[in-house]
Order: sequence, then C-alpha cells, then structure tokens
Amino acid sequence: MKELRLMKGNEAVAEAAIRAGCDGYFGYPITPQSEVLEYLMAEKPEERTGMIVLQAESELASINMVYGGAGIGKKVMTSSSSPGISLMQEGISYMAGAELPGLIVNVVRGGPGLGTIQPSQADYFQSTKGGGHGDYHCIVLAPASVQEMSDHVKLGFDLAFKYRTPVIIQSDGAIGQMMEKVELFESIPRWTDDEIVKMSPWAATGKPPERNHLRITSLNLVPELEEELNIRLQEKYRRIEAGEVRYEEISCDDAEYLFVAYGLSSRICQKAIQLGREKGLKLGLLRPITLYPFPSEILWKLSDRVKGILCIEMSAGQMVEDVRLAVKDKIRVEHYGRFGGIIPSPEEVLKVMMNKIIGGK
Amino acid sequence: MITKPDIIKPENLVYKRTDLMVDTTLSYCPGCGHGTVHRIIMEILEEMDIQQETIGISPVGCSVLAYDFLNIDMLGAAHGRAPAIATAVKRLMPHKFVFTYQGDGDLAAIGTAETIHACNRGENITIIFINNGIYGMTGGQMAPTTLPGMKSSTSPYGRDVQTMGNPLKITELVAQLPGTCYVTRQSVHTPVNVRRTKKAIRKAFDLQKQNKGLSFVEVVSNCNSGWKMTPVKANKWMEENMFPFYPLGDIKLPQE
Repeated sequence: MKELRLMKGNEAVAEAAIRAGCDGYFGYPITPQSEVLEYLMAEKPEERTGMIVLQAESELASINMVYGGAGIGKKVMTSSSSPGISLMQEGISYMAGAELPGLIVNVVRGGPGLGTIQPSQADYFQSTKGGGHGDYHCIVLAPASVQEMSDHVKLGFDLAFKYRTPVIIQSDGAIGQMMEKVELFESIPRWTDDEIVKMSPWAATGKPPERNHLRITSLNLVPELEEELNIRLQEKYRRIEAGEVRYEEISCDDAEYLFVAYGLSSRICQKAIQLGREKGLKLGLLRPITLYPFPSEILWKLSDRVKGILCIEMSAGQMVEDVRLAVKDKIRVEHYGRFGGIIPSPEEVLKVMMNKIIGGK
Repeated sequence: MITKPDIIKPENLVYKRTDLMVDTTLSYCPGCGHGTVHRIIMEILEEMDIQQETIGISPVGCSVLAYDFLNIDMLGAAHGRAPAIATAVKRLMPHKFVFTYQGDGDLAAIGTAETIHACNRGENITIIFINNGIYGMTGGQMAPTTLPGMKSSTSPYGRDVQTMGNPLKITELVAQLPGTCYVTRQSVHTPVNVRRTKKAIRKAFDLQKQNKGLSFVEVVSNCNSGWKMTPVKANKWMEENMFPFYPLGDIKLPQE
C-alpha cells in the first residue's frame, strides 16, 4: 500500500529517518533546515520505534554524538545548513579516519560566512573534496525533489554501512523548504543489539570474554600504520567510484547540447530544455545524483555526441571543474551560476546556453 | 617452617594486578598519576564485574592512548568532545556503563561547552577528570587550570592573570548545575588518597547504575615532566600549591 503525503523536504528527511530504522538523531537549529529537528521532536519517534532525538548544544557536539553512536554500530544522523556543516568538519574527518558510518544532511544556504538563509549550491567543494583535514571523501547524494529527500535517507544509511564511511545528503534551502508529493517507503525495524554485534563486528559494543577489546580511533602514531590506513581508505574510495555512481539522463538521446546540473538547478534546467526544444534546440540534461563519486564516465561518453556543455550551479562554478576533468578538452564546457540565494530562471539559463555554448566560439 | 608453596595459595592473595589492565608498558612518565587512576578504574570494573557492560571514551592529551591500556571497548574522542560522544553512547545503550577520561586542557578549555552541557543535561555517565594544570603531551604549555604565577612553556614568566586570564575551577562550576549528582575532588599521590579516589570512582559507577545522573570525579595530579621536577618534588609541590587552590574533598553529594 503506497503512502502518499504532501511534505516539506526537511520533513521528508525526518520521516524517512524514522522509517529507515535510524537509532539516533542529534542536531542543532539552523535555518533553513530546522524542520528536521522540529518534526522529529513533534513526532516522538522514541514511542514509534525507540529512536532517540536530542537537541545538542552545538553542531560540534551533534557530529561528535553521531561519532559516538556510529562507534557502537548504531544508525545515527545529523542535519544542518552550511555554517553548521563547517563546524562539523572536524567530526566528519574523524569519522572518515575511524571508518565510521553516519548520515549528515546539509540543507545548503548561501555563503561564505553567515551568508544568507536562501538556497545555494556553494558547498560542493566542501562536500565532495573532503571538507575537513586529511585525504578522505564522503559519499555525497544530491536530491532534486522531496521524494529524493526521503529516498536518499534510506540509501544514505545503506551506503554508509556498506562502506563504513560518512555519507552527506547535499540538498539546498529550496528543496528543504518546498512541499511536494512524496511516496513514503515502508518502515524498516531498527537493528537489535545482537544484530549489530553480528553485522558490525568492528563496533565498540562492550568487550565480551571471547574477543579482544576494540578501539574506535583515527590515531596512528606509527607513520607506516597511518599510511596503511590511508591506502585502505583510497582503495575504498576506488571501490565506491567503481560501484556507486548514480545519475539521471534527461533528453540525452538526441541532445546536441547538454546541461549538467544537480539538485534544484537540475529542475530549472529541465524547464529550460522544454523551452529550448519548443524553439527547435536539441537540449539534454545530465543530472548527477551522486556528487561523489562523480559520473565522469557517462560525461566522457556523452561528450562524443554533444557539441557543448553548460553547467548550471548556484555557485561561482565548483562542479564545473569535475565536468572539465571528465570531458577533458574534447568539447566546450562553460559555467553559469547565481549566488547568495538567487535562483536562476529557466529563461535565463536558456539564454546563456544559446549565447555561450550554441552561439559561442 | 613456612615454605614458599605454603604461602603462594589463592586464600593468601592480598593484591593482584587486575586483568582488566592490558599487559603492556604504559606511555606515561615515571611518577605520573595516570597509571594509578587507570588501575583504579579497572579494579572497580573487575569488582563490579562490568567489563563487558562498560564503554570508555578517551581524550586527546597524555591519556589519548588509554584505549591501549584499558582492556575494555573504547572510543577515542576528538579533543574535548568526549562528553558529547559519551552522551550518545549512553542514550543509545542506556544499560551500558559509560565514562569519559579527560585531562584539564581537554575538559576545561577546548571541551568546556561539551562538559558543561553534558553535566547540565544530567547525562547518566561518569566523567573522570585528571587535573595537572598543564598540557603534558604537547610539551608543558599553559592549561586552563594552570595556577596564577605558575611557569609553563607558554607562560615562561609565570601565569599573569591580567593578560592570560584566571585558572578555571570547572569542578566547582559543574557542581552548581542541577544535572550533576556527585562532584568530588581527589588525588592519588599517597596510598590513603588512592583509596579515597577509588571509593569516589566506585561511588560514581554505583550512582550510574542507579540512574542518578552525572558523576564528576576530579583527580588533582602531578606532571613532573611538565613541571620540570622529580616525581617526589612534584608531589610535594602539588600539596603546597595545587591543593590550596583546588582543595580535596566532596563538593556535591547525591541527594538521598
């Protein structure tokens, strides 16, 4: 039986967390994502599933609570918006180093600094290139609808535990705040403590007589051991790059010119494609669903067929660097973006496509 | 005539190194109090038979490697964040015993917010706080608890409270918060003090078992390397200078 609801993106994240068998949510209020914590507090998930919800004293505390919950093998998450996510980078780096699974939702707003509370995509570098110190990546999912806000919570937990790595859902203030129809997935029961011991033998759940004591840490004072860890992490990232790339091709079959955009920008590009095709322009869209791992291979293939690419991002041009790396110098790749919470219109991006790519030299 | 086999019998055993200490060399300087406090905690876990039920959180500082020495499952925290980590562990596994082990820089400088809020929420955990008034691991810099006038590598002419601020009596501070149920200050520099500290930590774990809220045990300790003294002189200096500023004894007792 399908359960359909009209929800805000942030509410969909919260409801999906309860349904995904999440054990604990730890967060701190910040616009435009506070509805996640508000929804969870109102919903009393402790009564529904036993899930714990705690308002922490800061984003620093929140992410370290996630570290603690992850360290004992629990399904735990936090959410915030850009300035709060900056504060969390310490904990995310420690989680990557200690190989802990966890879900971090970033409902991005304009920056730098305190910036604005309106939507932005300017946290792409931070999310996909590491963010904190050291050589690491988080898997980054980019929902473009309220439906995906829900679906990516479940997917995010699956990936986090499959690879023992933090996963970021990179949304934005518009996807978080807007209301759309969402089909909710059926609830998954929370893992029992016995299941956790069996599934996650690395988790520090209390030392029984039959095994050695476990240490959750990202510290190696011996450089050879730290190099070993780094090699293991890099091997893990190569596996992720080989197996977890997700993207959507929209009108790509006969496209001569391609938009590359994710999240809210991809929705705008879809409308621009429609407007362009009415004028006889063969436009398509490649929408990365995973920002890391990035869909480089399909872009390389598409660049054999299309004549030019326009990246639309609500930033000064961050993803465009990965697009250029993917297609090398084969075809023209340009960027167009707006900043500070301004969302470009479909007409605006179509005009740029026509001037910069189709008519550009 | 009593022979050696007559003496070595289980019923004659008066002291045994607890198996809950890993059989390895500690990374601490000779004369340091950390090893003693480690042993006390492990003895208590053994006596309460809760090795499997206990999860410890180690800090950043000299005791960063505590998880190598304590034969229990442990999580190594980012600097100062142990109380936040302990909060999540305890809330997600309320039947476990959860404690943090932190130094003064970790607990009273970089982790002040995490410390105060875990205490104020009344998390049902135990915080063990080793205060030696200095950053030991990084080479003897000024700590939040460094005494006025006390020399360190970053206060080479002595702590000038006018420009460097005052030492923070965080233990008295957390005792004011409704979430703490038991707050005490002890030391481990003499056998009698070791016994008192052991009693205090045992009490803290007993209170956690009874879901009474947060217990906070400060152990005023020495740092002969950082203070640049012999172990014996460091203990004497501690008695003469640290104890007047950080007086030993219970600060807050659990309400019946």
